[in-house]
Amino acid sequence: MLGAMDVPAPELTLPRTRRLLDRAGDRALAGLTAVAALLSLLVVAAIVWRVVSGAWPALRAFHLAFLWHSAWNPVTSQFGARDLVIGTLVTSFGALILATPLSIAIGLFLSELAPPAIRGPIGTLVEMLAAVPSVVVGLWGIYVLAPFDAHHLQPFLSSVLGWVPLFAHGGDQAESTVFSAILVLTIMTVPITSSVCRELFAGVPHELQEGAIALGATRWETVRTIVLPSVRGGVVAAVILGLGRALGEAIAVTQVIGNFTPLKLSLFEPGDTLASRIANQYAGAVSDLQVSALIYLGLILLAITFVSNLAARRVVRRFA
Amino acid sequence: MTAGPLSLRATGRGRRRLVVNRLAEAAAVAAAAVAVAILGLLVWSVLRRGAGALSVDLLTKPPAPFGQTGGGIAPALAGSLLLVGLAAAMAVPVGVLTAIHVSELASRRLGEQVRLWLDVLNGFPSIVIGIFVFALMVEVPLPLVGWGHHQSALAGAFGLAVIMLPLVARSTMEVLALVPREQREASYALGVSRWQTVLRVVLPAALGGILTGTTLAVARAAGETAPLLFTCALSGSFVDWNPAHSVASVPLTIFTYSEAPDPQSHEQAWAAAFVLIAFVLVTSLTARVLLDRSRRKLGGSR
Repeated sequence: MLGAMDVPAPELTLPRTRRLLDRAGDRALAGLTAVAALLSLLVVAAIVWRVVSGAWPALRAFHLAFLWHSAWNPVTSQFGARDLVIGTLVTSFGALILATPLSIAIGLFLSELAPPAIRGPIGTLVEMLAAVPSVVVGLWGIYVLAPFDAHHLQPFLSSVLGWVPLFAHGGDQAESTVFSAILVLTIMTVPITSSVCRELFAGVPHELQEGAIALGATRWETVRTIVLPSVRGGVVAAVILGLGRALGEAIAVTQVIGNFTPLKLSLFEPGDTLASRIANQYAGAVSDLQVSALIYLGLILLAITFVSNLAARRVVRRFA
Repeated sequence: MTAGPLSLRATGRGRRRLVVNRLAEAAAVAAAAVAVAILGLLVWSVLRRGAGALSVDLLTKPPAPFGQTGGGIAPALAGSLLLVGLAAAMAVPVGVLTAIHVSELASRRLGEQVRLWLDVLNGFPSIVIGIFVFALMVEVPLPLVGWGHHQSALAGAFGLAVIMLPLVARSTMEVLALVPREQREASYALGVSRWQTVLRVVLPAALGGILTGTTLAVARAAGETAPLLFTCALSGSFVDWNPAHSVASVPLTIFTYSEAPDPQSHEQAWAAAFVLIAFVLVTSLTARVLLDRSRRKLGGSR
């Protein structure tokens, strides 16, 4: 019987140089990558710090009252963000209201209804459109969408819904209106939201749907009772993802919205948003206080997008 | 049993359910058709108007002096190339190394944190990133680099790099997670150290995916306007490769030309949009095809 002790211990030591090299290499790798990770975190911190410190003079001058004052007068140094916050929320939520049903419909069409032959091409088209730069969408918005909007869509809408102040006829049929901005943002968010929706719907286990069909449910009943409830959280997160994009969009909005405050009640009048005001005035600001007020706008924008981002994460965690 | 002949035709409630189903299906198809039609119209009208204004002169000549016709967008093309190249040179190493740290080395908790803040960074509005870069590199002199106090391609590229960073890092993390654990373990079992495993086993397996993520980030950065608005907006009318100078860029050219009063500028804006959209669509399409291939490869070897 051979005892374990009798076997000579194997030579475990590696050549000295290699051990050294390994240890140095591991250290170097860990150090280098840790520095990179720290740098990434540092960028986030630096952005927040820079924005807060840039907004500080305006924060001190106007406090939180900045949020509910609407005056914006560089000459008298009176600044308030109310109309811009409202403009941002109206355009973004307007786009959300239009884009959500469309995105869900595209998602359902691509995952449940479309014949396999056209699923691929249309799916790719939708995904490609998410990559179209915002300045190109804005260019198209100025020369194709806004004129169509001003001369056909808005007259029609205000003749039908004109009794609602929101859809009242614009004074001089301006081509640059809040409504154009909503449409442009809708076009920018639909590709994002619908491709997420499509993946979510396609990921619902087939057994569940087959069970419902076996019980005699129609296709719509299957979608309503099985598919939609099981991915509810994901759809909400996808919508918030699109909302985040719409909230922060500066370029395309500034191209079509008309850049005008005070805000009017009607959607068919020019308006302005936080991001588009920054894009317009930052380079030509006349006083330090105006620069600071513009950065204050950026801070508000940062806070809004941060909250919507966290909300999306919570929703995903809660429903997943 | 006196039941009449069996009929398969739905009546009453059943009929109503079938009608509702038809209506819902029709509504979904119609909504999808409308949305796809509008999206298709967007691309088509850019292609049509842009192709009409496209010419060799446009791609190779500098803008015409004020009051003259003709001219092109050559400085913008060169400037965009410079900006995106510099941005990739900054963002890709940091992004990939960050991803390696999170996926291969860091504790779960740290990894979660880095992921969270990268997502937050990805959600930051690009105009705010523009303000940040302006405050960091344009407004104040930057003693470290020595090119402070004015707009520069370097500052613009830094803004684009901040936008690319989370995209590169997140997509690299996703690919690294696809590399089978067995491959790493096999390497460790052979006595290979950690850094050698990362360098020779994990990274080569993930290379395709990392390249794809980088390409998508480049496509995104190439079309970004807002970070350049205050950091790299002044430009001369000649091709300039000096990163310390402010250079022209394609997105900003589209932006300024689109709001210019002169119809010839509009033509050129459409042409520039054509070039940009073609670049973005071709790169992201190729990237997606490559991604599918490398996913399948990694999935197959599992």
